[in-house]
Amino acid sequence: MNIIEVNNLTKYYGKSRGIIDVSFKQEEGEIFGFIGPNGAGKSTTIRLLLSLIHPTSGSAKVFGKDVTVHGPEIRREIGYLPSDVFYYEGMKVIDLLKYSASFYGKDCSKRIEELSGVMELELNRRISDLSYGNKKKVGIVQGLLHSPKLLFLDEPTAGLDPLMQRKFFELIRKENARGVTIFFSSHILGEVQRLCNRVGIIREGKIVEISDIRTLQKNNYKKVNVTAEGLKPADFKLAGITNVQADNGSMHFFFKGDINTILKKLNGLKVVDVTIEEPTLEEIFMHYYE
Amino acid sequence: MSSTIFRHEFRSRLKSVLTWSVAVTLIIFFYFSIFPSFADQTEMLNQMMAKFPPALLEAFGMNRADLSTVLGFYCLVFLFIQICLAVQAGNYGFGLVSIEESELTADFLLSKPVSRGQVLTSKLLAALACLTLTNLVVWVSSFIAIALFKGDRSFDVGTLVLILLSIVIFQLFYLSVGLVISLLVKRVRSVTPFSLGLAFGTYILNAFSGVFGDVALELITPFKHLDPNYIVQHGAYNQPLVLLNLTITIISLAASYWLYTHRDIHAVS
Repeated sequence: MNIIEVNNLTKYYGKSRGIIDVSFKQEEGEIFGFIGPNGAGKSTTIRLLLSLIHPTSGSAKVFGKDVTVHGPEIRREIGYLPSDVFYYEGMKVIDLLKYSASFYGKDCSKRIEELSGVMELELNRRISDLSYGNKKKVGIVQGLLHSPKLLFLDEPTAGLDPLMQRKFFELIRKENARGVTIFFSSHILGEVQRLCNRVGIIREGKIVEISDIRTLQKNNYKKVNVTAEGLKPADFKLAGITNVQADNGSMHFFFKGDINTILKKLNGLKVVDVTIEEPTLEEIFMHYYE
Repeated sequence: MSSTIFRHEFRSRLKSVLTWSVAVTLIIFFYFSIFPSFADQTEMLNQMMAKFPPALLEAFGMNRADLSTVLGFYCLVFLFIQICLAVQAGNYGFGLVSIEESELTADFLLSKPVSRGQVLTSKLLAALACLTLTNLVVWVSSFIAIALFKGDRSFDVGTLVLILLSIVIFQLFYLSVGLVISLLVKRVRSVTPFSLGLAFGTYILNAFSGVFGDVALELITPFKHLDPNYIVQHGAYNQPLVLLNLTITIISLAASYWLYTHRDIHAVS
């Protein structure tokens, strides 16, 4: 079953672009990575799905229900961690969490205790006294305390130290193992690569690619590093080669196509060292930006 | 209506309610404490008043009021109360949804399983409950102050009740007009300039209505609609104007609901 179904969704803020003609689907239990640079439209997409803003055209369904019609019902099962967290400054952490819990009409006190234990969050401090990272932790607990079926994470790791990031990822994996569907927006590709099953790449408001994270890495490019005696850039003048860098007898490039053509070329050379590897998502990603 | 939001909103305003209630109580008691000396020296008072420029007297509604009577004097005091109540209600109206947006907590609230309509209704009712607390304080303070300082002068309780009953209409006007303006302008950075502007603007429109010549601008201000002097003189409300007042309130509320449900909540920019 599709948890999220977005069809030709478009949003303009007056004349300025939000997103244009965005379509994608996310299945139940999936961790979907949504990547793109700042201002590409990641937050706009999430805000549309939460009906914080209204679409200019197109439609979106969450749990099979239209977001513009069934907003409150849908949001009952959604947890949301915004990229920048702002809470009622005068409140204590525990009061804010209780206020948040009171919207769902169930007892969340055990979850609050458990989650804030994992995230090492002090419950009796005032929100106004918290550092950015600690506010982010409040956001994480707040987004998870009602055991939602779908989680929207908008650049969730910003402001968390590496140790906390790891704990957070463990938490997310555990939630996912319980069957929670996760929509993960980020511009840090490493973390998307570690966590997600599928990714959508958004750029200037448009989706440029949606694919399985493995196909994205496998079917596309190989990263080749060669060091050989008397190596000249002219030796690898082949179709399918991009991003060539040559220095002092070694070459680095991306190759797309039949790998045997590379192997044949290598055969005729006096190779000192060679590696052929999967490019990181980061490297593939840079390619989409050019 | 969400009782959760109502409780949160109500609690967060209690301090403000207390401040305003103390303010109106002080005004009522301070002015009424000088009432006995005023009333005892009617002759001197009238002489003194004659020396003031008529425009000034008009501005404070003192040209029609007989300050030696309890209700006549109360009209003067009530004007100051009205200004306070207008600022308070305006504050709540302008800030009802705009504070949440400028402090960026709207994301938190509106990603909860509540509809925009429920949010607005809960917030309006909480604000109204807070205004009613201040309203009650005005009632109680007025009756106590009058009882303490009226001496052996008598007054018509029915008319006083009529004046006090106008408060809720008055408050609703500033609450809903403030709200609709806050939804019409692009961004409310700070609430106070708006509410002070609305309160004193409408007050001045009424006070200096003569200055504008034949243009009946005072017809849009609650200070005219619910002028206590009129109520004392006629023992009744100025019905057409009160109806006009209620119409403005209802239109503002209806427009607010429409605007709020269609509103985009922007992220941090």
